[in-house]
Amino acid sequence: MEEGDRTGCRQPRRPERPRSERDRQAQDGGAEGCPRRPRNPAESGPPDLVQLLTPQGERREHPDFSVEITPEEMRAIYRDLVLVRRFDAEATSLQRQGELGLWASLLGQEAAQVGSGRAMRPTDYAFPTYREHGVAWCKGVDPLNLLGMFRGVNHGGWDPNEKNFHLYTIVIGSQTLHATGYAMGITKDGSDDAVIAYFGDGASSQGDVSEAFTFASVYNAPVVFFCQNNQWAISEPTEKQTRVPLYQRASGFGFPGVRVDGNDVLACLAVTRWALERARNGEGPTLIEAFTYRMGAHTTSDDPTRYRVADELEAWRQKDPIERVKAYLVREGWADNEFLESVAAESEQLARRVREGVRTMPDPDPSSIFEHVYAEGHALVDEEREGYLAYAASFADAGTEGENA
Amino acid sequence: MAAVQAAGTQQWTMVKALNEALRRSMDENPKTLVMGEDVGRLGGVFRVTDGLHKDFGESRVIDTPLAESGIVGTAIGLALRGYRPVVEIQFDGFVYPAFDQIVTQLAKMHARALGHIKLPITIRIPYAGGIGAVEHHSESHEAYFAHTAGLKVVSPSNPEDAYWMLRQSIASDDPVIFLEPKRRYWDKSKLDPAGTPSLGLHEARIARPGRDLTLIAYGPMVKLCLEAAAAAAEDGLNLEVVDLRSLSPWTSTPWPSRSSAPAGPWSCTRPRCSWAWARSWRRGSPSAASTRWRPRCCGWAATSPPTRRPGSRTPSCLTWTGCSTLSTAPWPSEGVRRPS
Ligand SMILES: Cc1ncc(C[n+]2csc(CCOP(=O)(O)OP(=O)(O)O)c2C)c(N)n1
Ligand SMILES: [Mg+2]
Repeated sequence: MEEGDRTGCRQPRRPERPRSERDRQAQDGGAEGCPRRPRNPAESGPPDLVQLLTPQGERREHPDFSVEITPEEMRAIYRDLVLVRRFDAEATSLQRQGELGLWASLLGQEAAQVGSGRAMRPTDYAFPTYREHGVAWCKGVDPLNLLGMFRGVNHGGWDPNEKNFHLYTIVIGSQTLHATGYAMGITKDGSDDAVIAYFGDGASSQGDVSEAFTFASVYNAPVVFFCQNNQWAISEPTEKQTRVPLYQRASGFGFPGVRVDGNDVLACLAVTRWALERARNGEGPTLIEAFTYRMGAHTTSDDPTRYRVADELEAWRQKDPIERVKAYLVREGWADNEFLESVAAESEQLARRVREGVRTMPDPDPSSIFEHVYAEGHALVDEEREGYLAYAASFADAGTEGENA
Repeated sequence: MAAVQAAGTQQWTMVKALNEALRRSMDENPKTLVMGEDVGRLGGVFRVTDGLHKDFGESRVIDTPLAESGIVGTAIGLALRGYRPVVEIQFDGFVYPAFDQIVTQLAKMHARALGHIKLPITIRIPYAGGIGAVEHHSESHEAYFAHTAGLKVVSPSNPEDAYWMLRQSIASDDPVIFLEPKRRYWDKSKLDPAGTPSLGLHEARIARPGRDLTLIAYGPMVKLCLEAAAAAAEDGLNLEVVDLRSLSPWTSTPWPSRSSAPAGPWSCTRPRCSWAWARSWRRGSPSAASTRWRPRCCGWAATSPPTRRPGSRTPSCLTWTGCSTLSTAPWPSEGVRRPS
């Protein structure tokens, strides 16, 4: 198995039949010659994948899902995609320059995030992982806010209720329960708001995610579980998480699951709108598996060349989420060069703003760590803050004297 | 909606006191919810939520799926939506599946959001031993929670405290781990539910004044210490018993400073030495932290640091042999008799 992973040989994605333990061992043990057909990601997944815009930028009809889109809306979506990608690239550069401690890039997942993000109303709530920069963008969160945690000047750093976008959650899967509980509250309020819980293919193995499915189903909560299957959980391929396509998990919990082309922004928009509408109408949760690909490293600390092959990346490059939108806009005559250039220029402006914003981000006062530990205070925190301040103050003289370190 | 409330002084068991505290909190604030396993129609395995389902309905008294992480995780979501969930964990030993949600999410979220959101969640846990239960039903895990910044941890020792402390916990905007000493569930005491609490949630109480030696305890061990003090009195020793009530934080020592002390025999209590009682294991247990008190009691310094009598580093006691035999510290030697 290890051997297979290193050489890029992968197990078949969908076994034809349940495999016996012996079959499995025979396969897993078969490192010699890496006999199995390497997965060809250029095949657009199984036939049940919802797609409305092909990688070549052609519209496709789907019997269950459709989307009406004006030229103006299409241009706005293109702008979202480009700006989000540019922001993400800038953050990666800033990490390289030592301005951020870490960055988790969304490269390749723009369509999944913008499509689902734009399906929400402002009053809908999103519960993200650490990679939902595109969703944050759609919810109107200032990109600079996202960088505070990665720079280490705070542990979260924004008011979740301001834009109905919860804090980034690093511990895998936890936020799906928060989303579900929040959705249960919506039901109690009698409101028609809805919630999206974002998570990854790796997270699908977490107990919290299964528990969230159970709670959401039992209480018919207005929550959409939006799983970005980007094929990798750091170095582990989806095959290490599941033996069935992820979207099929939903049926065991009693709600629908749909697999959508996660690189197709229109399909993601259409399917998420449908799922949110179901939620609003009291029809309960939906699982959406957005079939996509993490084009970058897991984070800036990761070296993906140790576990995946260049071919795979190249195959997915052919399915780029932005190129197809651009091709579509141009083919329809909805965008000219001037428009495309103006978006490019705007993205450079955004990058500049982010760069400057990060570099001038104020250092937190060390004593700020004592703030907000409790809403109603705590004697020990007060005591320790005082102790710290007295200690800090004891250096005041030394500072003016100069060099004595 | 709720049943007619009793007026005047009542003689209630701790279970009844807790039940009434829940009922009144739910009456007062329609955002207050009760959730947990079997808390609905059954009224909880200890009947603490008895009748609430009937009176408040299943939208506010929620029988949850059997999944502790799910219970606390969704309670967090409900709190984010403006609700005040009171979560019941069925038994101490079953909180661990929710430990991650409590320590990693619940405790930290207010700070992570720079104070913009609040998590007014109370997690009730029947804890500690003494009822002859099988394993996983007699655990003392208070130290885990008291160790975690962002959580408040309290434990009443009697029905009156149980009533007021639960109401105060539910009213608190911080997450509170509310540890219920299950062996004291059926103890009775007098209380006036329409009155006002005499102490803040995090204030300790002198449960018995005395001058020769101070016993410091909380939750289930307070009664034991009172019994020990009574036995010692027969031998001519005058023991003070302090009930911590709150394990995190301690806002003050129970001994008032000279300037603020009301007149009374206990204002000049000067324990020569003290004993800290806990059932959780010695290292890192609240009994360890209570040694911090020594130099701070109204300028007085004890002659020796408190002696600690925590539980031993073993699995929770075997019901058959009983718990008291397992503590590693010697019983007070200064003539204090062991209560039978
Ligand atoms: C509970 C927990 N275990 C391990 C980790 C370390 N970790 C961070 S990201 C990650 C992989 C997550 O994969 P996936 O859910 O597919 O999301 P992706 O990173 O691909 O977006 C792991 C193992 C973690 N953050 N939390
Ligand atoms: Mg993944």
